[in-house]
Amino acid sequence: MMPVLGYWFGIAWLDAILRLAVIAGVMTVVVIFLTYAERKVIARVQQRLGPTRTGPAGLLQGVADALKLVLKEDLRPTTADRWVFELAPFMVFVPVFLTFVAVPFTRDLGVRFLSLGLFYIVAVSSLNIVGFIMAGWGSDNKYALLGGVRAAAQMISYEVPLVLTVLGVAMVASSLDIRVITERQDVVPYIVWQPLAFVVFIIAGLAEMNRTPFDIPVAESEVVGGPTVEYSGIRWSFFQLAEYSSLFVLSALGADLFLGGYIWPFGSNPPGWLQLILILVKTSFMILMIFWVRATFPRLRIDQLMSYCWKVLIPVTVAQLFFNGLVLVYRWPDILLLVFSGALLVGATAATAVAVRRAARRPRDAQAVRDRRLQYARGA
Amino acid sequence: MVADFDTIDININVGPQHPSTHGVFRMVLTVDGELVRDLDAVVGYLHRGAEKLLENQDYRQGIGIQDRTEYLAQFPAEQSYVMAAEKLGGFVVPERAEYVRVICVELNRIASHFMFMGAYGTDVGVFGTSFIYGFRERERVYRFFEELTGERMMYSYFRVGGLAWEVMDGFEEKARALLQELKRGINDINGLLTRNEIFIARTRHVGEISAERAIEYGLSGPVLRSTGVRWDVRKDEPYSVYDRFDFDVPVGEFGDCYDRYMVRLEEMRQAVRIVEQALDQMPKSGPIMPEKMPRMLRLPAGEVYVPVESARGEYGVYLVSRGGNHPWRCRVKSPCFTNLQALREMTVGEYVADSVVILGSIDLVLSEVDR
Repeated sequence: MMPVLGYWFGIAWLDAILRLAVIAGVMTVVVIFLTYAERKVIARVQQRLGPTRTGPAGLLQGVADALKLVLKEDLRPTTADRWVFELAPFMVFVPVFLTFVAVPFTRDLGVRFLSLGLFYIVAVSSLNIVGFIMAGWGSDNKYALLGGVRAAAQMISYEVPLVLTVLGVAMVASSLDIRVITERQDVVPYIVWQPLAFVVFIIAGLAEMNRTPFDIPVAESEVVGGPTVEYSGIRWSFFQLAEYSSLFVLSALGADLFLGGYIWPFGSNPPGWLQLILILVKTSFMILMIFWVRATFPRLRIDQLMSYCWKVLIPVTVAQLFFNGLVLVYRWPDILLLVFSGALLVGATAATAVAVRRAARRPRDAQAVRDRRLQYARGA
Repeated sequence: MVADFDTIDININVGPQHPSTHGVFRMVLTVDGELVRDLDAVVGYLHRGAEKLLENQDYRQGIGIQDRTEYLAQFPAEQSYVMAAEKLGGFVVPERAEYVRVICVELNRIASHFMFMGAYGTDVGVFGTSFIYGFRERERVYRFFEELTGERMMYSYFRVGGLAWEVMDGFEEKARALLQELKRGINDINGLLTRNEIFIARTRHVGEISAERAIEYGLSGPVLRSTGVRWDVRKDEPYSVYDRFDFDVPVGEFGDCYDRYMVRLEEMRQAVRIVEQALDQMPKSGPIMPEKMPRMLRLPAGEVYVPVESARGEYGVYLVSRGGNHPWRCRVKSPCFTNLQALREMTVGEYVADSVVILGSIDLVLSEVDR
């Protein structure tokens, strides 16, 4: 196993450079094969074959795509704001790579183990909003602008439930160190104690990554790729890299926080190779779920996205935090965590479904609604 | 409280090259943030002068142009044209030919609606799955048509007076087998979209139009029926042999995008019913053309308008003849062009994302709008 504690070769600056190189290399390979996996999985859902021609079973398709992107011309619109436009891709993908630093894959495999790792990840991952706004503004394109503004609104809103859910887990584990949180799950993974947090974590994570059903900022059928519409070649591939890296990091984080990471269900200290297999299986499970969602769900609209966040996700996650606090402070039995969280989950799901269906059955004065909206937009 | 600072509306040009304008349609949206304040629809990018071409082609050649005018529901377009010529010339179409025509038209309606389902799902944001489902089923129908007519899309199978040639061997069994597959396909789409909460939230009460306004605009087809007006050319002015079939005309309640989808879904089921009845009632043998057809068709002077219920609404051909072997004027009344008028009223005040869904719900075929 890699020596990860302490400095490699005992030299701090060499150690930093080596670790960065490892991150960049691993992430690129992971992303290349994630795009391949996504194409294959979605193809299967749609009764297609997906890539089959490039390499055995199309395995080299991602490599071919990456090569093509590198070789393509890097276009910049003449009216674009030069530096904002050119720096935006880095602003999007650097924060994602930074989050990679703090994610433990096994007990000994990881880049850095921070005692405030969870806090660090939450703090750093929200930085790439700036990149999307820069891309949207700098492109001097109305679609890009619309997409950038949408991205900002969406990612800032969904930051809140995402933080609240990981906070719930941190409360139960009473630690912000991801390794400690994972190792507290040797008997029961936290998905059992905090089912609501798990579901909301995935939903908010989808929104953070701009993936279906929350791909509103990049909606192909509306704003044609949103902030990325003017990008090409290598710069565009940075956006792609960021999207799939964050998919991987978020899935690994979800596996660590909710599914018992590299520990559960094999006791408190399984051998190293088993830890690696466990985390890979759980991460793949998360990733496959997200692919599946992408293949089947339509896209929400921006106002529905917002009201879902502020009217459903945030209230229930806050309520869960409150109940967690009660249970932990008064030392009630752990099963109450499950009861509260599960009840909130079922309640919120049922309430949402009923609300949508009831609104669908009830007639609405369409003209009045539109007039009201327009009036509001006019600022009257 | 609304902040008191100046905002400006911006114009967004959607199309003619945009993934969800279903061809080369262009709309200029005036948006205030995410709200559509105004919409300007620009058509004409696909104008090929089909009506003028029809004036220079004889009646047999004109059938092929009809295919190209309405490339997703070709048979209704052909049917309208040949029926107009038959009415003018006073030909009586043999019964067997009429049944084959009805079967072709209804299967074509199903294929066209599958295309709609696929494109509509993509407009609402399903990543290709509904598209592939729709195309898979449409391709089954097209394969059947290819066997029947020798062409995958541009059939030119109907003739003034009847059909170009006898149907292939095993027509009935193949059609029945096809229907079984299509029923499964309809259920697939139904299972994917109909009860999905996000789909409901995205389409319900979006792009509503009242029955009165719909009639004032002269809308037709599923867009009209979704408002609750039970008007269908096949029922209200029965042509061909449609009066012999038992089928329902589905209508919606609110006239919104969801109702338009549901009306089309139900229409597909009704079309399956019609084809089944037609296969049962069809004479097993008999002529497919009138006995005495001139080799070169010359129609007497006169004018005639024949509407049919196409997949998108009332498709009509207005034919003016001054004698001779080609029409003096042929005007195509296209349902999409008429339905497109209501786009502005449906869209203004909705969100930008909805404009795409509303446009999709009209089920646009640009070649038919622009001709």
